[in-house]
Amino acid sequence: MAITDNEADSRWCNRIGMLATIVPAVLFILWCVCWPEIVKGRVLVADIPWMPSFDLSLRFRLDGLSLLFGLIVTGIGTLVCIYSAAYLSGHRHCGRYFFYLLAFMLSMLGLVTADNLLLLFLFWEATTIFSYLLISFDHESPTARENGRQSLLITAAGGLALLLGILLLKGAGYSYVISSWTDLSEPVSGHPLYPYILGAILLGAMTKSAQIPFHFWLPNAMSAPTPISAFLHAATMVKAGIYLLMRCHPLLGDSHLWTVSLATIGGITAVWGAAQAIGPRDLKRVLAYTTMMALGILTLFLAGRSTAALTAAVTFLLVHALYKAALFLAVGSIDHQAGSRNLNEISGLRRTMPLTALAVGAAALSMSGFPLFFGFIGKEIMYAGALAEELIPLLAASTALVANSLMTAVAAVLAIGPFTGPFKAIRQQVVEAPWTMWLGPLLLGGLGILFGLIPGWVSRALVEPAVNAFHPNGEEVRLALFHGFNLPLVLSMLTLSFGIGAYLLRDRLHRVLIAPLTGLPFGAEKGYYGSLNRFMKGSGTLTEALQNGSLHFYLAVIIGALIVAVGWPLTGGVLGWVDFSSPLPDPAVLALLVFIAAAALVVVTARKRLAAIGGLGGIGGGVALLFLSYGAPDIALTQLMVETLTIIFVSLAMLRLPAIERSRLRPPRRRLGDGLLSLAAGTLLALLLMGIGRVSLDRSLTAFFEANSYLAAHGRNIVNVILVDFRSFDTLGEIIVVVLAAWAAVTLIRKPMEP
Amino acid sequence: MHSIILKTATRLMVGLILVFAVYLLLRGHHEPGGGFSAALVAGTGFALLAIAEGPGTVRAAIRLRSTTISLLGLGLAVAASLTALFTGQPLLTGIWWGAEAKPWIGTPILFDVGVFLAVLGAILSVLLALEEF
Repeated sequence: MAITDNEADSRWCNRIGMLATIVPAVLFILWCVCWPEIVKGRVLVADIPWMPSFDLSLRFRLDGLSLLFGLIVTGIGTLVCIYSAAYLSGHRHCGRYFFYLLAFMLSMLGLVTADNLLLLFLFWEATTIFSYLLISFDHESPTARENGRQSLLITAAGGLALLLGILLLKGAGYSYVISSWTDLSEPVSGHPLYPYILGAILLGAMTKSAQIPFHFWLPNAMSAPTPISAFLHAATMVKAGIYLLMRCHPLLGDSHLWTVSLATIGGITAVWGAAQAIGPRDLKRVLAYTTMMALGILTLFLAGRSTAALTAAVTFLLVHALYKAALFLAVGSIDHQAGSRNLNEISGLRRTMPLTALAVGAAALSMSGFPLFFGFIGKEIMYAGALAEELIPLLAASTALVANSLMTAVAAVLAIGPFTGPFKAIRQQVVEAPWTMWLGPLLLGGLGILFGLIPGWVSRALVEPAVNAFHPNGEEVRLALFHGFNLPLVLSMLTLSFGIGAYLLRDRLHRVLIAPLTGLPFGAEKGYYGSLNRFMKGSGTLTEALQNGSLHFYLAVIIGALIVAVGWPLTGGVLGWVDFSSPLPDPAVLALLVFIAAAALVVVTARKRLAAIGGLGGIGGGVALLFLSYGAPDIALTQLMVETLTIIFVSLAMLRLPAIERSRLRPPRRRLGDGLLSLAAGTLLALLLMGIGRVSLDRSLTAFFEANSYLAAHGRNIVNVILVDFRSFDTLGEIIVVVLAAWAAVTLIRKPMEP
Repeated sequence: MHSIILKTATRLMVGLILVFAVYLLLRGHHEPGGGFSAALVAGTGFALLAIAEGPGTVRAAIRLRSTTISLLGLGLAVAASLTALFTGQPLLTGIWWGAEAKPWIGTPILFDVGVFLAVLGAILSVLLALEEF
């Protein structure tokens, strides 16, 4: 990252950072004010109509689940803002950074409070876009740009799938309003569209929450500034998919398909992420893989239907948000102060950075599930939840056991590696980070202990309201520090001992088990690049074939397509409509037709450009007169003026070109081809128009406009009233297009000619 | 182009054409005309001026830049569309002022003026670019 030592920049950055902090801090206080009411079971709803015709309203709802997510987003958001002011101190693009960060945070808040699926989708896409901007924030680095593009392509594609799922759900007859799902009489799982709805929504959730096989963008997203990784890729955005799964649980969660697919995907992601986390030397990459593991575990537990399993998911969500944000921020401090975050390049920082070391220690102990820490309670409830499942108790418990043991080992790597041993760092002088940078990690790490000591309060005030929001069956699962000597406790102890074992054997484990797997010639990421390359190559070939620079070719394609598209349906007997016995039009019209035909002949046979242009004008003028003779003065006027201007523009352009040379004329055979194509198109359109004349017109629209244009829109000219009143939305779009097209044309005209 | 006849005729014609354009624009709600046709007519007038006197004269005559005119037009059209929101009605609802039975001005007319300016700006942009090419 381009850090400059400019004093002024640095002061400005601090000031804007502190200003930015106000936003999440105020929101956090606001959330806290609502908190007691929500815990009591009240729900706050705001409903403002937006586009009633699309069933889209600005409907926001604050219940237990939104409260929990909102507290995480605003609370960690506040700490991340404070942290960033110092972390980015002196960066040229500070303002941009805080703008993206706040915009992202507000979209995330919108996402977790939206009570309308379409509205949720809008915020969903907003988080995708701002996360793209944040991942490629260091935009001068090609890697950052590439990684940003990767995350954008994957999560935006998933977003499209989600939109499809939402529309299918609506098509199946269900409401967009999320809160109306909990009291449905029949679950969706019986509907024939259910598998498609589930598939599409799962795709959206899986890409956002980095589940296998879409996981690889998450480790690559680590090219974002570290506080961003802490916020987006640990505490908030990646959890959007999890949030969606929780919200959809009452509606979609009642089938074997749901349970099996979530359990499989989540289980594989959890184990694979945890296993991958042992290898890398870059601390941020380690953290990214553990995030993947956490997301897998959350998905795995959301597969379940018992209150215990869902409580485990919500509890672990909170546990993970606390320790992961603390660890990310601390790793950022290490990187900032010691000049590296590579395990090979740093060690023995405990004396020089004691507060950071303390924070990492607390967070890592919580992560490993050490007794007395909040992580321990999270793990207990996890095992209890796994064992309470009807369908998959053994699978869930053993997956959780493997993933948690590996996690314990990784926690040890994180806490021991950088801080113990002899002092080693890239910078000669390493000092503790400023208070703004140790405050966040220490506070979050401390909360991990505090919550561990008061599990009853956490469960009453945070976990239970959240679970009840999407699983309201009134069953209670209380968190407690000690549940008695039972199977979960045994499993917890097993986890710790396996974890210590895995830590001691980590190098061998990585060499023997993990390294061969990462070197495979195939894999999700290789598949991504392969298909991306093929797509690029394919579209390149297609573009070269279609955009070959010959205006002749373009016109031939357009006219050919017109003939096929219009002519194809006509082959099915529509020609029978055409009535050749209709009487001749009156002589004036006949004369006009002859004039138009003569003008067309002039265009085709002209040897000089000016003559051809004149012929074109003649055709246009003739057609305008035709309109006039059939009683459409508005269209005639417009046609005439468009024709005049076209002639002026075409002559201005054409007269600057060199004269037509005989030698450059197209060969006769190709001219014959052009002529046949034109004749075919003309004949087809003429037949079509004659056919249309035979069909009786639906006069209802005409009647409507005749009746309403003066009364409702105060205008007697129906054409104009349609343009500026009844269909003014179209007109608005059209004038925007006209202006944009003109600007584009100007740019092309002014562009210097390529030699 | 150096033609005394064209230049003299242009001087007489341009003013007439522009007045006619404004007339078309204002009568558009009840008789044939309207923003789009009026912009085309005005554009033809400026094209005539540009051919006879050169693009510099047109630039001097319109004073504003053609892109500014387009933006003004778009802005006016959008403003006219948004007005209804302030009265609690859906976007683009026509709001009229004046006598109940025969109001004389309303947002659709402002919208039409917006169309006129946007299209005229677009025509002028392309015209001037082509003339100066």
